[in-house]
Amino acid sequence: MGKNILKRIDLIFKEEPDSKNVLKKTLSKSNDELINELIASGLKGRGGAGFPTGLKWKLTAESKSTEKYVICNADEGEPGTFKDREILTQVPYKVLTGMAVCGRIIGARKGFIYLRGEYKYLLKELNAEIKKFHAICDELGLKFRVEVFMGFGAYICGEESALFESMEGKRGEPRNKPPYPSDFGYLGKPTVINNVETLAHTFTIFQHGADKFRELGVKDSHGSKLFSISGDTPTPGIYELELGMTVEDFVNDFGDGDTKAVQVGGASGFCVPRKKFRETRIGYQGKLTGISLPTGGSMMLFNSSRSMYNLLSNYLEFFTEESCGQCTPCRVGTQQLIEGIRAVKRGEKPASYLDKLLALTETMKATAKCGLGQSVANSFQSIVENFREEMIY
Amino acid sequence: MTSKVNITINGTPLAVDKGTTILDAAKLLGIKIPVLCYHKDLCIAGNCRVCVVEVVGVSKLFAACATPVWEGMEVLTNSLLVRNSRKHIIELLLSEHNADCTKCYRNGNCELQDLSAEYKITNQHFIDLAHTREYTIDDFSPAIHKDDSRCIRCQRCVRTCDELQSVGALAVINKGDKMKISTFFDKSLNEVVCTSCGQCVIHCPTGALIEHNYIEEVWDAIADPEKYVVVQTAPAVRVGLGEALNLSAGERVTGKMVAALRRLGFNSVLDTDFSADLTILEEGTELLHRLKANLVDKDNKEPLPMTTSCSPGWVKFFEHIYPEMLSHMSTCKSPQQMFGALAKTYYAKKIDVDPAKMVCVSIMPCTAKKFEADRPEMRDSGYKDVDYVLTTRELAIMIKQAGIEFADLPNEGFDTIMGKSTGAGVIFGATGGVMEAALRTVYEIVTGREVPFKDLNITPVRGLEGVKEANVKIEKALPEYKFLEGVEVKCAVAHGLANARTLMDSVKQGKADYHFIEIMACPGGCLGGGGQPIPTTPEIRQKRVEAIYEEDMSMSLRKSHENPEVIGLYKEFLGQPYGHMSHKLLHTDYVERQRY
Ligand SMILES: Cc1cc2nc3c(=O)[nH]c(=O)nc-3n(C[C@H](O)[C@H](O)[C@H](O)COP(=O)(O)O)c2cc1C
Ligand code: SF4
Ligand code: SF4
Ligand code: SF4
Ligand code: FES
Repeated sequence: MGKNILKRIDLIFKEEPDSKNVLKKTLSKSNDELINELIASGLKGRGGAGFPTGLKWKLTAESKSTEKYVICNADEGEPGTFKDREILTQVPYKVLTGMAVCGRIIGARKGFIYLRGEYKYLLKELNAEIKKFHAICDELGLKFRVEVFMGFGAYICGEESALFESMEGKRGEPRNKPPYPSDFGYLGKPTVINNVETLAHTFTIFQHGADKFRELGVKDSHGSKLFSISGDTPTPGIYELELGMTVEDFVNDFGDGDTKAVQVGGASGFCVPRKKFRETRIGYQGKLTGISLPTGGSMMLFNSSRSMYNLLSNYLEFFTEESCGQCTPCRVGTQQLIEGIRAVKRGEKPASYLDKLLALTETMKATAKCGLGQSVANSFQSIVENFREEMIY
Repeated sequence: MTSKVNITINGTPLAVDKGTTILDAAKLLGIKIPVLCYHKDLCIAGNCRVCVVEVVGVSKLFAACATPVWEGMEVLTNSLLVRNSRKHIIELLLSEHNADCTKCYRNGNCELQDLSAEYKITNQHFIDLAHTREYTIDDFSPAIHKDDSRCIRCQRCVRTCDELQSVGALAVINKGDKMKISTFFDKSLNEVVCTSCGQCVIHCPTGALIEHNYIEEVWDAIADPEKYVVVQTAPAVRVGLGEALNLSAGERVTGKMVAALRRLGFNSVLDTDFSADLTILEEGTELLHRLKANLVDKDNKEPLPMTTSCSPGWVKFFEHIYPEMLSHMSTCKSPQQMFGALAKTYYAKKIDVDPAKMVCVSIMPCTAKKFEADRPEMRDSGYKDVDYVLTTRELAIMIKQAGIEFADLPNEGFDTIMGKSTGAGVIFGATGGVMEAALRTVYEIVTGREVPFKDLNITPVRGLEGVKEANVKIEKALPEYKFLEGVEVKCAVAHGLANARTLMDSVKQGKADYHFIEIMACPGGCLGGGGQPIPTTPEIRQKRVEAIYEEDMSMSLRKSHENPEVIGLYKEFLGQPYGHMSHKLLHTDYVERQRY
């Protein structure tokens, strides 16, 4: 219990009493210097897709427009994830600083925090923090304002283009891509959208430099990351861990001694079965040995008392409900997957029907309009392929 | 100069303008990519995903309708991956669709059906989802029916109602498997702001939105020996009907249409163009009356600008959106309703038929006319003035049912008394046509001379631009119209309700000082009406426009006031334009409606 095999990192939540000075010091550097620093750090987005943050800022800076925006994605809709809430509660100034620096680099004077509807109770304190922060900006001669936008509680609104639509007062439906937010974001203007944690990491990088950040993690997956750990574990909670760990080490540290699978990245992530614990590392796609997995931060452990069929059908129910419903592969595909596994379980369809469904998930991955529909394949394939018997009997 | 982008499609290189979509680029090479949610009239949604194509080197597929090309892009439109994915998507759509095609009104004219035939989807691989849930069927409206079980959620209707019509009667509600197209509080289309224009119907790829059809009622009336069935045909029908009967777009089929109607068994085959000419005399006189009241007597109880009232979709829109401005609307009934009121009075008497036994049918390019015929105001003859309204499409169905070889029919002429028309009546079918017809007559009444445009063609009000303007200066007015001497009569024309809203908002805000405004609810005017053949696209509308003006040029009379049957009607029955009898039979009033 709590074997502490993995090193606990304490960067994100570490109080910085003189944050104003960090901002001042950062602003004394040129935009190019800052972008290069960010690129050198190797920081990748912590919202799920793992896009290099420095490159995102650079592309948006290069986009020509007199009006640009910085948006902090605090929609945090992935079930069992609550790390962003903790950051906004404990170190909101780090996020605000990241947004302001981004604003200066790309040429935006306005930032928004898109706050998950359920986090409304944070609003008062957050607005007080924003007010303090505005005063600091004014003092440093930085024209930048941040406003909170309350979300409506739909999971899909965390997807960046659906988030823009919803901010524009429209139905939260993802847009076609391209164009990407760096060209065509909120109100059709170039926009940087980053996860709460990503922005908090930029603070660390600006404060301590890229090298300090790169010391942590492994090739292609640098730095630390917050994990929301839940399920069959004696020590659930939020942990900051170094990227690049193997699932085996993770399980030895956080498991209950009987872990049969770990779901990495929530419903849209992958299920890692016991036999693959050793070869699987937690990080971003790259030249790591074994499989590397992007993750929004949710790690769920399952022991041998759990039914993987139930797990999968829960996920599929979630997707069937939370799909925005606009595109065919996702809206109908999710329904077919859930009805399909039920039919196999009841014996109404042969076991080989699972292969038809696996092929369907390939189509969904290739043709769905946004990340939601595209990523249903992740959990479906990793659960069905590794726990096929549980699906049938 | 726009810069060019070099790409290849299925190995063939080509250079296209920056910003071109893969779909349009492929069209340049004659490569067809299937589409469902895409419609040329509408903004791009990219939600059905049947148009997906492969881009070499990228594992994700791209929606061809929504993806602009980039330099060096190598597109494959028919790779194994594309084919398999596309087939999956069609199968998914079918699994969620009530595919009892034989029981569907759009059987034989459905884009989903075509696609499934093209891809030879012969077995159902996936689980049937359509027959396990409850779907709403809304068949309360006299004009538009909606059957959610046939809906593929492409949102073409939503975009149509929003972008083309600015009505917003249809919206997407719920998410995931429960996502559907709905109305305000899920009420019937009959009870919301819907104008019955039918644009959603002609933009729907499937049988989810259809007209309320009266085909059987009309067959019954024809078969009933007690009944005398009169039919009238609107101007735009004759330039659209051919399309639904395998002829090409823009073919004028007036004579064949008349011949077909006789063979279907109608007792009198008459023309709405006749009452269009009549409308011009009534509306033109009303305009002069309003001009005098406002300019000379400073009486603005019936204010300017006066707007036309012959498009019932527009009338209903006006009642919903501008209830405080109703006095701007001309009190003239539409040509259909003028015809109906006269058929069961004047015409019945002339041919000695008991109006109680007369059934008045109209063939319209329009679904809103079905709603209009049902309005309680439209019973001035003492009976329901127009009993049944059929769309161009319904007429085509009847012609097919009757086994008539339409293409081989001879050209025949309309019956007399209410069958004669002029070119001015014909052009009612195109946007700007009412304005042009009115100006041809009003100018001549006021000055005694023909309107000063070559061949009477008032080109500034023609064409498919959204809002058009024209000013006509009155010079050398006749003595009784001296008050108009030197006055520049300012006219504006809009078609499609979104354009209408723009125009009327500027009037409402006092930013425009027009005297006379023509509005048609449908893009292109009636020729693009919600009752016209499917598909209706920008190109097809253009062909129908050309046909309308050809028809006008082919007529020996081209000014409404020269229509001898209209002259006869006034002499024998009505007396004066805008006089007592006219007010009783040909004019109406409007009701204030809710905004939702
Ligand atoms: C269905 C769906 C839900 C998402 N929800 C969130 C979310 O709640 N928070 C978030 O930061 N990113 C979310 N994302 C990812 C965003 O689209 C986007 O990639 C991210 O905000 C970019 O920030 P990053 O580069 O800092 O990760 C979601 C993506 C999808 C497809
Ligand atoms: S993939 Fe799903 S959530 Fe994304 S656009 Fe399509 S239906 Fe909506
Ligand atoms: S009703 Fe027709 S146009 Fe509207 S979403 Fe359904 S299928 Fe598409
Ligand atoms: S009939 Fe016209 S107004 Fe009514 S829903 Fe369809 S498009 Fe909208
Ligand atoms: S036609 Fe392209 S996505 Fe529907």
